[in-house]
Amino acid sequence: MSIADYKHYQHAHCESGVTANLLRHEGVDISEPLAFGIGAGMFFGHLPFLKVSGTPGTTFRTWPGAIFKRATQRLGITMHTQRFPNPEKAMRTLDDVLATGKPVGMLSSVYYLPYLPEAFRFHFNAHNLVVYGKENGEYYVSDPVLEQTTRIAPEDLAKARFAKGAPEPKGFMYYVKSVPKEIHFEKAIQSGIKQTCFFMLSPPIPWFGNKAIFLLANKIQQYPKKLTPRKASLYLGNIIRMQEEIGTGGAGFRFLYAAFLQEAANILKRDDLQEFSHELTLIGDDWRNFAYNAARVMKDRKEGMVSFDELADMLRICGEKEKDFFKRMQKLKW
Amino acid sequence: MKTNEVPQDPKNFREGDKVNKLLYAVDKDGNYTGVTSAGWEAENFATKQAWDAVDEELAHTAEQVKRGALSPIAYYMHKCLMEPSLLAKYVGKWTWQVKRHMKKENFEKLSADMLARYAKAFNISVEELTSFGK
Repeated sequence: MSIADYKHYQHAHCESGVTANLLRHEGVDISEPLAFGIGAGMFFGHLPFLKVSGTPGTTFRTWPGAIFKRATQRLGITMHTQRFPNPEKAMRTLDDVLATGKPVGMLSSVYYLPYLPEAFRFHFNAHNLVVYGKENGEYYVSDPVLEQTTRIAPEDLAKARFAKGAPEPKGFMYYVKSVPKEIHFEKAIQSGIKQTCFFMLSPPIPWFGNKAIFLLANKIQQYPKKLTPRKASLYLGNIIRMQEEIGTGGAGFRFLYAAFLQEAANILKRDDLQEFSHELTLIGDDWRNFAYNAARVMKDRKEGMVSFDELADMLRICGEKEKDFFKRMQKLKW
Repeated sequence: MKTNEVPQDPKNFREGDKVNKLLYAVDKDGNYTGVTSAGWEAENFATKQAWDAVDEELAHTAEQVKRGALSPIAYYMHKCLMEPSLLAKYVGKWTWQVKRHMKKENFEKLSADMLARYAKAFNISVEELTSFGK
């Protein structure tokens, strides 16, 4: 393969985007929503005790690496994955694989990617990207959240692949080894949906799944009593960023998942999934409405407790609707 | 969200307007499609606020370093958006040791090798590190 053979597509989210780009390169006709849904990417979690740069952690997606792993396994695609003890070995192996013409996916830290605008460069170590060639001492990068491909110097890439912190990428890289002659999407879609329902509804602890939405609502209600206005504003801001900032496709992956359900409906020829997709779009709009109002509360800190109560109620409505949504989707007959 | 509702509010700080991200929205026939977005007011506000908090903290630390209450390590750590636990991993020390080095009197006793390790973690020269605040 020469560098010109690789086709870059922009996607909303890095992990499902890299999965889709790598598989498309091998001739698999798969979109980002399909990769995201089959990989059961949608989730919710709120961990008040786990502080990320001083604010409690909130997530709208499953843990890093899971989407890619589940999606490829469910489609019967064999991947090669590898971690490395040191940068020298990691970069040498990358060069060897690139020489055989394979584009390679890898984990990196956003902070050490000079091609990204400063506004996005925090210490986040689970960003996925594809390197698809090397020429004149520079690597060609297909970063799925960008419109165009870009290039990176070897020193920078090595730094990004060996960033410290939690989780440590340790040069983690992966590429497609073999693709079956025929790919059966039906079964993969089914197990993806079942798993998402399971993870949203079943965790018996308050920090994960649907229950965590209510936990977050309760916490928000306490913000004005327990925190300084500045802290409360920063905490709210962090929720908005997790929900809307680059990589979620809008409304904390809810729109991306609704797009998946629509595509699944077309593949499986099922109208009920079409209905579910439409319903989730409306729930996504509720989430966006919550974010919009949270930003309003942040701007005008004087408003006091009433607004925080209202915000909490908005979240509870999202939570109730999603609970009902997943309960019904779980009962689907296949 | 419908395609015509996709917000286009540029993120005009720290080069944020250089990237248009992809959102998923419903077109007039009810089909999902990807639409690029310059950004959204609510989200821009939240991101800007987080950066402002970083700047405030940094200005506060710089002032403390100049006053002699903290060592330059504290300043550059904030500048690189790190926390003591993360910095400790980069320089191969325990978190409590890094916290110790953030005190001025302990910083002055650091070996050349240790200073070089800190400078490397911050991507600056040893001179820049030791001369800050003087």
